[in-house]
Amino acid sequence: MAKTVRIGSGLGFYGDSWEPVVASVMRGDVNYIASDHLAELTLAILQKDRQRDASLGYARDVVPMLMRLWPLMSERGVRFICNAGGLNPAGAAAALSAAFTAKGWHAKIAIVSGDDVLPHLMSATPAMGEFDHLFNGMQVASVSDRLLFANAYLGARPIVDALARGADIVVTGRVADAALFLAPLVHEFGWKLEDAASSIELNQLAQGLTVGHLLECSGQGSGGNFGSLQAWQAIPELAYIGYPIAEVSEDGSAIITKPPGTGGRVNFDTVRQQLLYEVHDPHAYLSPDVVLDMSTIRLDDLGDDRVRISGATGRARPEQLKVVAGFRDGFKAEVTWGFSWPDAFAKTQAALAMVKTQLAEKRVPHEELYVEYPGLNSAHGALAPWPDNADDLNEVWIRLVLRTTDKAAADGFGRLFPWMGLSGPAYTCGFHGLRNTGELLGIWPTLIAREQVESQVRVDILET
Amino acid sequence: MKIRLADIAHARSGDKADWVDFGLFAWNAAGYAVLAREVTAERVQAHFAAWLPGTVDCWPLPNLLAIKLVLRDALQGGGAHNLRLDNLGKSMGGALLRMNIELSDDEWAQCRAAPRVGWWP
Repeated sequence: MAKTVRIGSGLGFYGDSWEPVVASVMRGDVNYIASDHLAELTLAILQKDRQRDASLGYARDVVPMLMRLWPLMSERGVRFICNAGGLNPAGAAAALSAAFTAKGWHAKIAIVSGDDVLPHLMSATPAMGEFDHLFNGMQVASVSDRLLFANAYLGARPIVDALARGADIVVTGRVADAALFLAPLVHEFGWKLEDAASSIELNQLAQGLTVGHLLECSGQGSGGNFGSLQAWQAIPELAYIGYPIAEVSEDGSAIITKPPGTGGRVNFDTVRQQLLYEVHDPHAYLSPDVVLDMSTIRLDDLGDDRVRISGATGRARPEQLKVVAGFRDGFKAEVTWGFSWPDAFAKTQAALAMVKTQLAEKRVPHEELYVEYPGLNSAHGALAPWPDNADDLNEVWIRLVLRTTDKAAADGFGRLFPWMGLSGPAYTCGFHGLRNTGELLGIWPTLIAREQVESQVRVDILET
Repeated sequence: MKIRLADIAHARSGDKADWVDFGLFAWNAAGYAVLAREVTAERVQAHFAAWLPGTVDCWPLPNLLAIKLVLRDALQGGGAHNLRLDNLGKSMGGALLRMNIELSDDEWAQCRAAPRVGWWP
């Protein structure tokens, strides 16, 4: 029988549940689990951790996750790949090593580092014309004194090298999410990576990238978060959802499925919702390893939670790597305030007027007072039809959010409210969030020359 | 006749920096023929105009019976800069499904009569 490789989805973000991964390991016959802990701005959270404690800066859930999973994985020879290293892959590996040593567990942990390009962005000058904002063309110098982190998306190569060196566990920082899944396929099938040139070689990588893209968001690839009118109700047992598993053949074609006896659904509809998720031009889905054209992909729904995926087309990888940076961009403070019938909506308007009066009288510096009505139209804004009984609603909550570059203004926002509990409109059902200044972050997507990053990428091995 | 996209399609929204993107999916080929005609970048931009300022890109994908849409400048500068409760635009797929489209009685009948492509036991 032709060789296949089975990869199971790990986490889809920092904070996701790993309990469904137990079913993939125990009943899903997987060879690898690949786990994506980093959303676009997760590194901003990790940066704050690292500022407090230099040994942090990684996604800390990887430690309890492997405390639960590793005994199950090691006895079945399942290898684990994750980007939980965040800003500090060595720190993540050290934490894992300490936890494994305390249990007397043995594992070979590979550390992939070198994605940090903050120094490159900090030192850029307008004359160099580098690191312009990918979407709006602004110069990075306009934010460089406020940058918190800047990381390039690495490709599959360092993970492939780590696997070739016998790593049981690979911990990376920022890599392209799908590369976590493409790498074990390159390793197992011996696919060409940098040297891929023929259409067969490029299409294999394109298929591998597609598989990774389908699995990188855990339950969202197997019926979770299925956006639809009513159809979502036909997806069984989301409380016991099985995360997706890909059974990949040497030519890159794959069956997407999930462990037996789990909830969720893998079918043509749930798979294609994930296929197009967070994709821009579907004819040129960029990754560090290959450029994917989704317009040739064929999905065959085989029933019984099995979908065959084939036909992805690949083109040569881009010369530049994507970078995502985050920068400090002011503060927010928010208060949510509720009123009951009668005249609930009218009372929110009177309350809003009182807040605006105070902001003006006290000359509170701010750029914006954002207002929305949770439970009424906060999700769809002006696209949500205004209720016919707006004058007679049971209750209305108004959420007021101040945007300001002045931290003291944000800190003081909540103090504008309590007195109005006795001296404002009646039948209030409470304030939420009187003290909750939050820092706002801007995101800076840009590009960097591949060789500037690849020359600093390292793979180190730690044995416990 | 006039229907909502929700009546013949399903959708998911996602975010990258300040852009929200949608996958919009017909349940069957009859529905896709209607989507391909009715769901253009201009119409989607007009649908969101009262709420959001950005322009729209649109790619039809007949192999997936799907339309890919990207709505620029939709998140007040990006998820961690957005003051809305739904700062990542997770609920915006639903806002897309509110969009009204025109189709003939025959097309409506075909959209409903043709079975779904996917396995829905």
